[in-house]
Amino acid sequence: MSRGNTILYLDGVSVSFDGFRAINDLSLVLDRGEMRAIIGPNGAGKTTMMDIVTGKTRPDSGEVFFDGDIDLTRHDEAEIAMMGIGRKFQKPTVFESHSVEDNLLLSLKGPRSIFPALFHRRSAEENCRIDDILGITRLGDRRGDLAANLSHGQKQWLEIGMLLAQDPKLLLVDEPVAGMTDAETEETARLLKDIAREHSVIVVEHDMHFVRELGVKVTCLHEGSVLSEGTLDFVSADERVVEVYLGR
Amino acid sequence: MITGRFFAAGADRRILIAILLLLAAAVIVPILNLAVPPTSGLHLPSYIVALTGKYLCYALLALALDLVWGYCGILSLGHGAFFALGGYAMGMYLMRQIGDRGVYGNPLLPDFMVFLNWKELPWFWYGFDQFWFAALMVMLVPGLLAFVFGWFAFRSRVTGVYLSIITQAMTYALLLAFFRNDMGFGGNNGLTDFKDILGFNVQASSTRSALFAATALALALAVFVTWRIVGSKYGKLLMAVRDAESRTRFLGWRAENVKLFAFTVSAVMAGIAGALYVPQVGIINPGEFDPANSIEVVIWTAIGGRGTIVGPIIGAILVNTGKSWFTGALPELWLFALGGLFVAVTLFLPKGIVGMWDQWRSYTKVRHAASAEASPPPAEPPAIVRVSSDKVSGWKDEPGLPEPQPAE
Amino acid sequence: MNKSVPNCPRLSRIASSSDGRSVEHWSTTWRDVFAILFFAMALIFHFSPPAQADEAALRTIIAKFATAKNFQATVQIVGELAATGDPSVERSLTALSNGELYFRKADASVFIGKEQGQAILLADPLNGDGAGEAAKAEVTKIKVNNTLRRTIRDALGGLTLSSADPAARLAAARTMFKTPNAATIEALDAAILNEAVASVKKQLEQARASAVLVSDLPASEKLAAISVLKARGDRDALSLLTAFATGAEDGAVKEATEGAIAGITGTLAIWNAAQNVWYGVSLGSVLLLAAIGLAITFGVMGVINMAHGEMVMLGAYTTFVVQNVIRTSFPGLFDWSLAIALPLAFLVAGAVGLAIERGIIRFLYGRPLETLLATWGVSLILQQAVRTIFGPTNREVGNPSWMSGGFEIGQLAITWNRLWIVVFSLGVFAILLYVMKRTPWGLQMRAVTQNRRMASSMGIRTPWVDALTFALGSGIAGIAGVALSQIDNVSPNLGQGYIIDSFMVVVFGGVGNLWGTLVGAFSLGILNKFLEPYAGAVLGKILVLVLIILFIQKRPRGLFALKGRAVEA
Repeated sequence: MSRGNTILYLDGVSVSFDGFRAINDLSLVLDRGEMRAIIGPNGAGKTTMMDIVTGKTRPDSGEVFFDGDIDLTRHDEAEIAMMGIGRKFQKPTVFESHSVEDNLLLSLKGPRSIFPALFHRRSAEENCRIDDILGITRLGDRRGDLAANLSHGQKQWLEIGMLLAQDPKLLLVDEPVAGMTDAETEETARLLKDIAREHSVIVVEHDMHFVRELGVKVTCLHEGSVLSEGTLDFVSADERVVEVYLGR
Repeated sequence: MITGRFFAAGADRRILIAILLLLAAAVIVPILNLAVPPTSGLHLPSYIVALTGKYLCYALLALALDLVWGYCGILSLGHGAFFALGGYAMGMYLMRQIGDRGVYGNPLLPDFMVFLNWKELPWFWYGFDQFWFAALMVMLVPGLLAFVFGWFAFRSRVTGVYLSIITQAMTYALLLAFFRNDMGFGGNNGLTDFKDILGFNVQASSTRSALFAATALALALAVFVTWRIVGSKYGKLLMAVRDAESRTRFLGWRAENVKLFAFTVSAVMAGIAGALYVPQVGIINPGEFDPANSIEVVIWTAIGGRGTIVGPIIGAILVNTGKSWFTGALPELWLFALGGLFVAVTLFLPKGIVGMWDQWRSYTKVRHAASAEASPPPAEPPAIVRVSSDKVSGWKDEPGLPEPQPAE
Repeated sequence: MNKSVPNCPRLSRIASSSDGRSVEHWSTTWRDVFAILFFAMALIFHFSPPAQADEAALRTIIAKFATAKNFQATVQIVGELAATGDPSVERSLTALSNGELYFRKADASVFIGKEQGQAILLADPLNGDGAGEAAKAEVTKIKVNNTLRRTIRDALGGLTLSSADPAARLAAARTMFKTPNAATIEALDAAILNEAVASVKKQLEQARASAVLVSDLPASEKLAAISVLKARGDRDALSLLTAFATGAEDGAVKEATEGAIAGITGTLAIWNAAQNVWYGVSLGSVLLLAAIGLAITFGVMGVINMAHGEMVMLGAYTTFVVQNVIRTSFPGLFDWSLAIALPLAFLVAGAVGLAIERGIIRFLYGRPLETLLATWGVSLILQQAVRTIFGPTNREVGNPSWMSGGFEIGQLAITWNRLWIVVFSLGVFAILLYVMKRTPWGLQMRAVTQNRRMASSMGIRTPWVDALTFALGSGIAGIAGVALSQIDNVSPNLGQGYIIDSFMVVVFGGVGNLWGTLVGAFSLGILNKFLEPYAGAVLGKILVLVLIILFIQKRPRGLFALKGRAVEA
């Protein structure tokens, strides 16, 4: 398999914690511009896979390449983020004591060293970009509010907005609709589909309704490796997937 | 939103007032001490000038700690070490100024070296006869230590209590080291019997007033610098690291560098505080490295209100005034009072005096607004929102007390 | 740390522990045993006591001191006295050597005199009975010089060699070993021939060997002596051989000497390492005791208890109070004082811990930095309270007899109190491990720390488990205090000295892991003691702190840390 045209390429990746194999010979390929949904039971290794891609956990063995030829195992979180991988956590993680606007300001693409930040003056261009993102994430009227005061769903959106501000090539989105109402879920699906037009996206989600709404290729993980891969209909017809995850 | 703006304005106004007060004190106190005749009721005795100068040094130290603790969540239990190192650098300058007026009359060696039969000046004492060099070292030595220490600690992601404990171990190690005679810093007795600073007698009232003015100016400058740092994008980043460190990493920020900068700046501020402290009290000894001192600084900051700029200054002055009074009037009870203060502040006053004041003000303001507009009050914005993002705390619906989380 | 005092019989060492308190009960007991053994042997071997000259003859010789014209004459008199072989001349000879022998100008009678202000207290030269006093002008001091002193020392050595007390003979042999003199060889040969006690005989042979080295005896004798010294194999033998080697001419003797030196150096290095390991184990056990309670409160519960050291202090003061009560009311129970203090200390410290948890800590769970500050405040209050009640100075806590003294294995000096503390710390560790792993309470404790919500829905009363766990950790600190009162000064600052070390041990070993604490304590203890000889005590400690700080950089969660997704950076 050539990795030339892939945005993310995992081959034979394994990692274990104190003898427990969280990821076991996992191989996964994501093409440029593709959106992929990942499903799987708890403990299947979904979050650990994201940890490996974002540099938080080093794999014991296997290859992880980004954008064709960047070996992700050699870089740490900040470097990987700078290369263009954005990550949304399972639990919404925003800077609660900052305003929505400042949250986005800190996420905007740009130099990431101390002194520019110390003497930073906000440019019109940045304001423009923040306005854009506030519009996309429907947070325009909460702009000056503290992030702590947002609702759960709004925090999820803010976090996605922060990812957008980062302008990554690849977005890893962990359970974006957990705790959302149906209406919010639909909104989120639409938002992600918008984003997927210009970015590669991996979405981890349990909500099968939401996954169906995304309408993309699905990978089912189980015990740290790929159990089944294909369209949602194909995967949900797979006996083993039904056995371990969907239930009869 | 309105309350948010009010707060920004309120905090800024408070800081401006603090700076103006300090500048005014830098002018007025020396006048009251030197120009007003002792018979007048307005005359400030020299010991009060020295005492207040000392408190302002402590305030500067507390402000330095606040920069890392209040704004970045790094609870350093070793800031006393930076303070003491700055103090030692200044003390070495003052020792060299004694020249041949020491007990043994050696023009080059300080008395304690003559006493220990040392034949020549150790290399690290070179240059300290020059004020500019000593002043540079006052900032460089604590800054460098903080940089190296922080570089190791933050890079390997030592956080929370682990960091607190190793900072405490750091100052403890320095305490042991400086107690040794062969370290070349006067051992147990430290450095004392100073005569001149920049050619002026350290005991003279005019020098003391000048030192007071210098301290007040330095504190005003530090308040201004801290204010600018905290208000910048970097300051926002600092608080972001405090609240959700891993989020900043995944946004591409190097959280370790963010912390390292604040830690180093803070150590330099602490060093300056120590350097201003030594000529005013006339001695520096290894006792300043005592971990108990560093942890006392934490309580000044906590009682004033961490995460605010004026809070630590108020706290340092209040606690130390209380200490002076207590140790004079009821010496046996001082430790009870201090211990009680630790417990009471953490239990009942977690945001400190300034934080409580803000909370009360916002409460009355919101109620006022609510009665005027007859709209439900928005959730109260706390002065500092500390959320341990790494812990699962998603069960907000459950009332009751917080529960222990085993150290990982 | 533990120095052997050369003048004491082999088994009666003065054990001086690190804090400098020394204990001597042990030695007297053994001296009695020795005396009995000696009499038994004397009966069996018909040991003949040395000749006794009659007193009048001795007095005549001593009186000659007053008339001696010069040093040579005095030397001659000393020789005469020594020749009598009567041990009672020892007193006057020692006095002469110390410059304390006088004669009265009026009647030329000889006395031992001690200066007291302007007067001189006189005493009989043979039996030491008081004989009034005299003004300085009335008496003349009998002059001594170094040659004379050496003669006297040799004479005295020869005299005590024939003493009836084997302990005295042993001491004499030791002294002669340390100050070799070729002139003593004959006396030693005679003594060796007559000696019946094996240990004394060995010492005499060694003393002879050391004398042979400085003599001009033939090479064969010297080779034999070298092998005797090599067999002895301690530091003294080494210094004798080294001194000999520098003066020796090339040849078989020199080679043998160098071989012996190399051999002894090697053995000594091993013993030295063993001694360091023992000191390290001993320090490690102290660290383990101090840290093990913390391993529960900090490691298992995640509570930073800065007042932990004060719990140790409370335990030590409980011991002090218990001993005080026993001293005044039940003196016979003194040997049981520690056994009585242990449960009491556990209860006192545990109760204080319980109060702290219920009163303060439970409001601060999940806020470790605040807990740290509040418990620091508590530690200040406890220290000041103890200072107010018991005073700021050190209080005396005695060692029961079974904790006093020590013994030797080869070149290894081991004191009983240190040995008991090692045993005790391991015992506490084992009990704690058992409680945690094998009892229902331990199971509840682990369940609560792993998944509080689930545990509470299973019907475990989590607040009580928290409180009791904290009380357990504090109580263990209390019993650590009982043990530490035996080797450390009991003062209000006792706890402060241990808090940083304890945290270092727990962090180094890996939080939440009792085995980690065990390994951490002993490895830090041994590391500390191995660094000390090179760096000195203070610098060694600093080095250890620096090493730990560096180690935490490398492994922020200690030696035995858990890995995994749950562990957040």
